[in-house]
Formats: sequence, structure tokens, C-alpha cells
Amino acid sequence: MAIGWYLAVSAIIFCIGAIGVLTRPNPLVILLCLELMLNAANLALVAFARMWGGESGQIFALIVMVVAACEVTVGLGLIVAIYRRNLAIDVDELNELHG
Amino acid sequence: MVFSAILFFIAAIGAIVGAVAVVMLRNPFYSVLALVCHLIALAALFLLLRAEFVAAAQVVVYAGAVMVLYVFVVAYVGGADEPLHRHGAALKVLGPVFGVALAVELCIAMLGTALKGISGHGAPYVPGFGTPKEIGTQFLTTYLFPFEVASLLLMVAAVGAVLLARRRRGLEGTTEGEQTTFRVARPVLTGTMHESTGIRGGGGTVSESEYESQREPVGSHTGARGSSGDGRSEGGW
Amino acid sequence: MSTTTYGWLILLFPLVGTVIVSLNYKRLPGTSAGWLATLAIALAFASAIGALFGLLGNGLGHRQLVSSLWQYDVSVGVDANLAILVDPLSIFMALAVSGVSTLIHIYSIAYLKSDRGYSRYFAYLNYFVFSMLLLVMAANFVVLIIGWAFVGAASYLLISFWYRRTTATSAGIKAFVINVLGDVGLVLGTFFIFRHTHTVDFLKTFALAPHVFSHNSTDLVAGCLLLLVGAFAKSAQVPLHTWLPDAMEGPTPVSALIHAATMVTAGVYLIARMHPLFEIATTAADVGAIIGCLTLLIAATIAIVQTDLKRVIAYSTMSQIGYMIMGVSIGAYSAGLFHLMTHAFFKALLFMGAGSIISAMGGEQSLDRMGGFRKALPFTFICFMIGGLALSGMPPFSGWLSKDDIIGYLDNRGGGFLALGIAGYVGAFLTGIYTFRMIFRAFFGPPVEEAVELEHGHLVHHDVPTNPQTGEVEDTDVGFPGPEHHIAERDWRMRLSMSLLAFAAVVGGLVQIPGVDDVIARFLEPSFASSRLYALSGSVTNDWIGLIIGALVAVAGISVAYRIYIARPGTSAALLERFRAIHTFLYNKWYFDELIDFLVVRPAQWLGRFGQSALERGLIGGAVTGGTTGAVRAASAAVRRGQTGYLRYYAAVVLIGVSGMALYFLISAS
Repeated sequence: MAIGWYLAVSAIIFCIGAIGVLTRPNPLVILLCLELMLNAANLALVAFARMWGGESGQIFALIVMVVAACEVTVGLGLIVAIYRRNLAIDVDELNELHG
Repeated sequence: MVFSAILFFIAAIGAIVGAVAVVMLRNPFYSVLALVCHLIALAALFLLLRAEFVAAAQVVVYAGAVMVLYVFVVAYVGGADEPLHRHGAALKVLGPVFGVALAVELCIAMLGTALKGISGHGAPYVPGFGTPKEIGTQFLTTYLFPFEVASLLLMVAAVGAVLLARRRRGLEGTTEGEQTTFRVARPVLTGTMHESTGIRGGGGTVSESEYESQREPVGSHTGARGSSGDGRSEGGW
Repeated sequence: MSTTTYGWLILLFPLVGTVIVSLNYKRLPGTSAGWLATLAIALAFASAIGALFGLLGNGLGHRQLVSSLWQYDVSVGVDANLAILVDPLSIFMALAVSGVSTLIHIYSIAYLKSDRGYSRYFAYLNYFVFSMLLLVMAANFVVLIIGWAFVGAASYLLISFWYRRTTATSAGIKAFVINVLGDVGLVLGTFFIFRHTHTVDFLKTFALAPHVFSHNSTDLVAGCLLLLVGAFAKSAQVPLHTWLPDAMEGPTPVSALIHAATMVTAGVYLIARMHPLFEIATTAADVGAIIGCLTLLIAATIAIVQTDLKRVIAYSTMSQIGYMIMGVSIGAYSAGLFHLMTHAFFKALLFMGAGSIISAMGGEQSLDRMGGFRKALPFTFICFMIGGLALSGMPPFSGWLSKDDIIGYLDNRGGGFLALGIAGYVGAFLTGIYTFRMIFRAFFGPPVEEAVELEHGHLVHHDVPTNPQTGEVEDTDVGFPGPEHHIAERDWRMRLSMSLLAFAAVVGGLVQIPGVDDVIARFLEPSFASSRLYALSGSVTNDWIGLIIGALVAVAGISVAYRIYIARPGTSAALLERFRAIHTFLYNKWYFDELIDFLVVRPAQWLGRFGQSALERGLIGGAVTGGTTGAVRAASAAVRRGQTGYLRYYAAVVLIGVSGMALYFLISAS
């Protein structure tokens, strides 16, 4: 398939992820939608790697995956900590930064 | 050729459906499962692009490990299905609008004549393009530094996760006395946001009562502070 | 040493004196500050004598020497140099100033002995003498203005020397403000003249003046009138005279030095120095003469009814300066300067005597409370009499010869000036009255209790020091007069200085007896070489007729005073009753203070209040500052509303930003 199709798919998934971040109040679901966006970026990277023929795109995609894993770890740790304090798991409730 | 086209469309539709399901489903557990499907469809797309190692890593690492972690946390934390609060009312409409706008822009960008970097046909396939051997060689030669940094990042994330999720009073050997040794006098307005947004309440050096209040659960203030915080910061101007 | 080196030394010694005394003011023990300061001024006097002999050694055509130390700036077309002009006029003034200052320094060593601000006093006094010498030795307008301003500052410092007295500080401010007004006049006048001559150097200006200015040209008249404003402010002429009586708040030696001998004569010096300009702008010269005449009459009338001893002498000073201004305005340069010299002698003497009496009274200054000090203060009485006779113009004292020198010149010029001359005689008559009123009331009559105590050898000492003007209770700590009082009879230093001045007041006039010798006139001639009025003098007979008339007028005045105060006591009270309205008018100093308050002070205060309330509070506080802060606050409030804390809003903003950027790039790329 022409590379444009892959990029179109990537764009659509990215935007769906963005919409999800904006509309869902549950932080877990927000993180999931962030994953969607990251994956869309991965797809675009690999597509370009295939187009140009080098490996750098795939390496980049693997590193992105590493970063996504770390970010998920820390984010979920945060959510667990919030849950432990008996706060609502809702980004609208958690709107004041305390030191 | 045709077979790969059919496979492409199946995978693509799977991915998109999975994505939509993540966003639309109310129960977070179902969202997680939908994401797993999406990831697998994406792995199929990677395979179509001849990036075998990336596809395998996607399934093993992403769908396998990360999503399992998600499942655990969702099971622990729960999070019921809740409607959007009144705060998000505007975004319920505007969010999709901006998203669609972005999608349209990107499509115009790619499919229009603006991007000349996209040729219809890709580069000729070099054998060993996406094999683990190639990837491994690259990681250990050209991209050694990012490799090492990535491993450092993983270690930092692990330490951070442990720190975040431990119980405050759960560590053995920690007593009340040890905890209170962290009390240090701070000059005015160099401390917490708590101090600076409520100037009349905070300010001065951190005193006994101040520190005590900081150790309370943070959330109990949020409800009361929501509206009064603004009022006090205006007055203390 | 060359003459100009002596000239620089005249300036150097007082400057070094003030620097040393002021830097060590805490460390100088006892009266050493006083002796150090006196030494500085004595050395300046010696240098002036050195310069005098140097000048006399030169031929007649070479008696105006300019010496420049460095150039300030010649790039903008103003040739300002730090230069002094050593010529007969400046040496004459320097001798008078430094000579009288030395004697006053000696007097002050004793008079201020118990004052906590002793060293500060001598630092200020030396600074004053330095400024005055700078003023008279200046070779160009710039140095003159610098000296002028310094003198004003020094006078402020010395008038409000006892700075914890509110009356003293108010008086100091009043003097300074009026002096600044004069400074403005001086600077503007300089500019008007500079515009045409394009030089600030005196000799060059005077050489150019006849070519650049036509007779009574507008610019020159305006410039000279502005210079006169400066002269009148400094010399306390009407209407800028109101500061002088209030300046009596300073210590008595200060009054002797500044307000009798030196600072108030700066205006006379200015007009004498600028004589080429005034001879071209005769309108301005006439204005000067008329104001001088008015002042001498007004001041004499006020002096008749004043009750504070020092203020009587102050108004007397104002009146005598009026004579001098009148003299130098119309061309009687040597006469005016001669009177300046003799006036310095006898006026300083009178002030010193007044200091002695006031000390004997324990700080009390009112004539109403004084009386009969003749036996208790014999030395002071003799000096006071000598001073009073010289002031009234009794032969053969110096005042007689100098005052009538001026009046004689006026008569010689004739025309309208004769009227001024007659006014001068009237003034002399009044002078006799008020001078001897003062002497008779203080020294004759039944002795008051302070005098009685002093006759028995006990100097009165009030336990509670009070302000002589307002009577409010004071302290004797720093900023107030010291607890002790010093009279001449008990202190050799006061007696020394007073004796020397008394001697000068007696014989000082002998240098310019018409028909016999004219030392001063001939000495000053090179300075006035270009003047067409200088050599104008009548016959010797006319001069002697004038002198005799003057003597008779003085005798008349003294006898009137004698009649009122000695022969028929009670006459003054009766006269007061009959002429109460006139008395009130004169006692309130012709209501000048009230007039100036109405015309100048109230509008200035109104302007200040308006500025504060409308401009500052309303415009700047409200609109500019308040507006700016209001705008900033509104903007911050608007921005603050964006800090909601809701994660999704932040994400939405990011998304909007990204799409916006993508749109921009899309559009710009197509």
C-alpha cells in the first residue's frame, strides 16, 4: 500500500486519542488515550522508516515504546497513590496543586 | 499485492475500531481490553511494513506487559463509570471538534500536494530490514547512547514507581520522631503553593501547625478551597 | 612670590582651615578649633596684604591681573576657567573681609565657648569666609556665581546654627529661599549679557561691552536688572529684605560677620564690579539708586520702633547698605566702597557690643527689659558709643566721612540725584535717632536687676534657658546655645577684637578726607579706569559744605533721641499714644512680610496643594500608577482564570496550539 494510507491511519488514531484525552475524566482512561497517541506516532515512524529504507525509524519507535512504558509506570503509580489517599479518581476533582 | 491490501484494511479497521472503543466505553476495564485489541491490530500493521522486530516488541512488551500492568491497576483502583462533570460540558463538544479539525489538517497535509516527501512507492526492500539482527546491530553501534539512556530511564521509572506507591507509614523502622526531623524553617513565601495562595493563612516560617496540616490528606482541602482560595488570594494582593 | 600666588593663597588658607576643622571636629580639644580657624583667616589676611604690596609694586597700567588655575570647559563656547582677578577692587574687598573676619573669629573663640557645636561653628565660619573671598576674587561670571551660591549656603548653615530652635531653622530657610531667588536673577542676568559678548570673563566682557551694547539696549538693561535682583537679595534691599531681621536668630558673631560686614556687601561689590555695564544701561543704574534710597528710608523708619536690640542693628545695616547701593549705582564707586569699609568696622563693633549686653542679660534681647548698663559694662559701653557715633555720622568718626562722601557725590551730580541726596540726609537724621535710642535705652536710665547684679560682680544665669523670641523652654545640648554667657569685660579675646575695631572705626575715615587725601579713591582707580563717572568730583568746598551739613544732621538726630529718652522720660510713651497707627505700621515692618506671604507664599502653597491632590494623587497616582496597576491586575486576573487546574483544559490548549501551528504551516507552505 502506498505510504499515505498508513499515515492517514496514524493521523486518525492520533486524533481519536486526543479526543479521548479531552473528554474522559477518569485519569486511567486518559493514560490509555495517551497510549493511543503514542502508538499512532509509532506507526508513522515505522511507515517512514519503511519508506526511506533505514533502521532509524524503527529504533526511534522502540525508544518511544520504552518511554511509554516508563510513563505508564509512573502514571499508574501516581493513580495508586491518589487512590490510597481516598481521593476521587477524577481529574476534575484533582484541580489544585498542593505542595 | 491484493492479499496485503486486504490485510491492511482489516488491520486498519481493527485499529480504528479499537481506538474508538477505548474512548467511548464507559467501563475502564473494557477500555483496557479494547486497547489490547488495538495494539494487536497495530502489530499486524507493523508486520505489513516489514518491521518484524518492532511488531514482536509491540505484542510482547506493549500488549503483554504494559497492558497487564494496566489491568492490575484498573482492578485495584476500579474507577466506576461516571458521566462527565459539569466542568467538562464545554469540552464534550469542543474536544471532538478540535480533534476532527486536527485530523482534517493532517490529512490535507499528507494527502495533498503539500508534502512532497511522500512518494507512492517506497524504497526497495533490503533483506534484513526489520530483523532483530539489524535492530540489535544498530542499537549497539550507531544508537548506543540512546540505548543506554533508555535503560537509565527505565531504572528511574522503576525507582519512582516504588517511591510513589509505598505506604507513607509502611516502611519499617520509621517512627514519628524520624519523620518530624524533616521540619525546617523556611522564609516567607518560598514554600508551598498553599502558603502563597492563602497569604493570610500561610506566610512566616513553617510552624508546628503548618506542618501538621501539610501531613493531612491533601484532598480534604480541595472542596473547601475551591472557591475560597480565589477570594483570599485577591484580598491578600 | 608673585601677586597672583598671593591671590590663590587668600583662597587656599580658609579652604584648608574649613577642611581641617570639619574633618577633625570631634577630636579638637577645647578652643583649638577656634584658634585654628582664626589662624587660617589671619593667614588669608596676610596673603591679602602681600597681594596688596604686589599690586602697588606694579605700575599703574598693570594692576589688573588674571590668573587661571584650569579651564572647566571651552568646548561649548563658554570660556569658563577657574580664575581669579587680582586687582585693586578685589584686594580691597579681600582685605576688608579677611581683616574683619579675623577679629570676629577671635571674638567668637570666647563668645561660643560653652556651645556644644563649637568646632562645627568654626568650620562653617571658615567656609563662609572662603566663599566670600571666592566671590570677590572671581575673574569671571562662573566663579562669581559659584562663590555667590556658596555664600548663600554658608549663611543658611550659620543662621540655623542652633538648629533645634524652630525659629532659627525657619529663619535659615527664609534667608536661603530669598537668596536662591537672587541666584536665579544673577544667573539669568549673566546669560543676558553672555548672549551678546560670548564670554564670561570679566575683563573681556567689560572691554567688549561698549561695542556690543548700545546705550540702554534692552538686553543689557534686562541683564543688569536681573543682576540687581541678585544684588538686592544678597544685600537685603526692598523688597527682598525680609530675611535679614529674621537672620538675627544666628549667633551674634555670625550677625556681625555676615550681616554687617561681608555677605550683605556682596551686592555692593557686584554693582561696583559691573560698573561698565551699569554705565551703559543707565536705566538699571537708576533703578538701583532708587531702590537703595527707598531701602535706606524704609529701614530707618522701621528701626526707630523695633524693640529687639539685634533687629535694630539689622535694620540699621539694611539702611546703610542702601546708602552703599545708592552710591555705587550712580557712580560714587570709591565713596560707596569706602562706606562699605567703615561700615564693616563700626557695624561689627556694634554687633559685638550687642553680644556682650545680651550675654549680660542672660540671653534676653529685648530693649524693653534693658537699662542702665553703663556702670556694669563700661568697656562695652565705650565701644558701643564709638560704634554709635560712627554710625550716626558724627565727626571725626569714620562713618561721618564715608556717608557724606556718598551724599556729597549725589549732590555733585545734581538733577534728580539731588533728591536722593536729600533723602540721604533724612536717613542720616533718622539714623542718629534710632542709634541713640538704642544706646540710651540700653545703657542709660535706671539699671535693671541684671545690671545691678553685674555691678556686684555676679553674671546673671538663668537656670531654664528660653528662646528669646518666643519664650519657649529650651535645652543647652547640641543644637542650642551653650549654658554659659560671655561678656567683654571678662574675656580678653572679646576685648581685643572690639578694641581693634573701635580703633578702626575712629581713625578709619582719615584716609579719605576731602581736600587732604584720597587714598581709597586713588587705590581703586585702576579698577574703574574705564568709568566716565569715577573722576567726577566737585570742588573741595562743596564737599566740606556737605560734610558740615551731615554733621549738623547727625547732631540733630542725637539730640532728638536725647530729648525723648533722657531729658524727658515718658515722652516716648506719649508719642506712642499719639501716633499709634503709624507706630503699628512701622512696628509691623511696613507689612512686607504679610505682603510677600499673600503674593508669593500663599500661591506657592496653593500650587503645592493642587499639585499634590490633583496632579499627584489624581493624575499620577490614579491614572498613571493606578491605571497601570489596574491594567496589570485585570490582565493577571484574566490569565489567572486559565489556571483552573483541570487537566483536560490544559490538554485542550495544547491541542489547539498544535492544530493552530499545523494550520499556519499548511497555509504558509501552499
